[in-house]
Amino acid sequence: MTESNVGILALQGDVTENFMATMAALHDAGMDATVSQVKTPDQISKLDGLIIPGGESTMMGQLSMVNGAMNALKEIIDGGTPVFGICAGMILLSKNSTDRVMGSTEQPLLDILDVEIERNSFGRQKDSFQAEISLDPIGISSFQGVFIRAPAILTSGSNVEVLSKFNEKIIAVKQGNILATSFHPELTQDISLHKHFVEMIKESN
Amino acid sequence: MIPLSGDIPNAKGIKSDSIDSIDVTKGTSTLKRGFAHMLKNGVVMDVTTVEQAQIAEEAGAVSVMVLDKLPSDVRKAGGVARTASIRIIQDIMDNVTIPVMAKCRIGHVYEAKVLAEANVDMIDESEVLTPADENHHIWKWDYTTPFVNGARSLAEALRRIEEGAAMIRTKGEPGTGNVAEAILHIKKVNDELRTIKSIFDSGDKQDLVRMAREFKVSFDLVEETARIGRLPVVNFAAGGIATPADAAYLMSLGCDGVFVGSGIFKADDARERARAVVLATTFWEDPKAVKEAQKMINEKQSMLGLDVDNLELRMQDRGGSA
Repeated sequence: MTESNVGILALQGDVTENFMATMAALHDAGMDATVSQVKTPDQISKLDGLIIPGGESTMMGQLSMVNGAMNALKEIIDGGTPVFGICAGMILLSKNSTDRVMGSTEQPLLDILDVEIERNSFGRQKDSFQAEISLDPIGISSFQGVFIRAPAILTSGSNVEVLSKFNEKIIAVKQGNILATSFHPELTQDISLHKHFVEMIKESN
Repeated sequence: MIPLSGDIPNAKGIKSDSIDSIDVTKGTSTLKRGFAHMLKNGVVMDVTTVEQAQIAEEAGAVSVMVLDKLPSDVRKAGGVARTASIRIIQDIMDNVTIPVMAKCRIGHVYEAKVLAEANVDMIDESEVLTPADENHHIWKWDYTTPFVNGARSLAEALRRIEEGAAMIRTKGEPGTGNVAEAILHIKKVNDELRTIKSIFDSGDKQDLVRMAREFKVSFDLVEETARIGRLPVVNFAAGGIATPADAAYLMSLGCDGVFVGSGIFKADDARERARAVVLATTFWEDPKAVKEAQKMINEKQSMLGLDVDNLELRMQDRGGSA
């Protein structure tokens, strides 16, 4: 087996934090892999696994339209490459996203994850919060959820497995090769979610 | 990697709360500094109207900063520059999905409280406005809303972080369209970081104590900064950025992102320039991409700019000694 090539989409956002968390997770899982920051269609097409990090989804969507990254992303994800979308990354993966205040916007989306997202679902920055959550379906009984102007999933398709809920709002899901969370595991010291993701890469090889 | 810890004991800005009976915590350093982390590699644009805010969002800005007047107009108008109208801030928050920041005067605790109540996403305690208290900056640990502050040196940056700033930017010289001062400030911060890092690596604690005294901040903060070899919060460039090449150059000096003030909306090609600055910031490592971005703007439409040696008002000196 050749060494896996894991990429962090580096157009904008908290790329370094995901880079470090992924390195730690790979080490913990005993996997040989390189981790790199990717921006161009060419770099994206060579990946065995991809993280779309937290940041601003409108910016990432528009920029990936400009340089052709959007099509490259869609191609590898449709082709079965494992992808982990965090916060903005989850929004970008979705089929449908509206803003809590502004309603529907015309932001570019990858249109793959079968969910309806509400952006800024818990309010503005002052209402950002940390809370104890759990992702029992993947064996994580306790996790520190860091929610920053976080989106939430209001409804999801039948092919989407719900991994975690905060009251009625869905905050973590899995759909085939796609993992997505509303919150930021990369801002904690807990690498269990990144470890789950690198295991997905291992299984897909 | 930048650590997200650093809360002081009993910071008033940290609030225990509950959302539909689930216990949550708000206002921690992780949440405040983490918010700044989400802006990394992005461009924050100064705006004064809803229309400008929408142009900024469409161009790919990660956030907008609301002011009553753009910095270059503050220079022209003279008088006292205060925080923007709450109605305009509210209007902008209702019309863009990206985070909205606003400026308050240095040391003006109640302008800050008003902005926090208005629910802006981040407050910039800014030298562009007329200082309200030259001797005391705001004690930012009291707020659940994160703050960004300007700095010309490592000492200034660390003093602001010790007061609770969740993000730092260079001061530069706002409203001039002249990037020289921002370059000077980031290089100075980088030089000083190298100095304390080498002292840390040498194991000479006494010399680190001397640096802490010189900087007028706690030993612990100097030691932590020296250990990681960078500011312990996200650090953006600001002050005088007018072109895509300006933005790319500052990114190459190690800035985590850029603020553009008058540079975009005082130019005659604001829409194209906004997008061009975003592209240059994202793809700064690739000179070809920066050339393409630079090609999108017309130098004849850049703001004229000012020579920083002959200014009547040096905004960067405001609040600098405290």
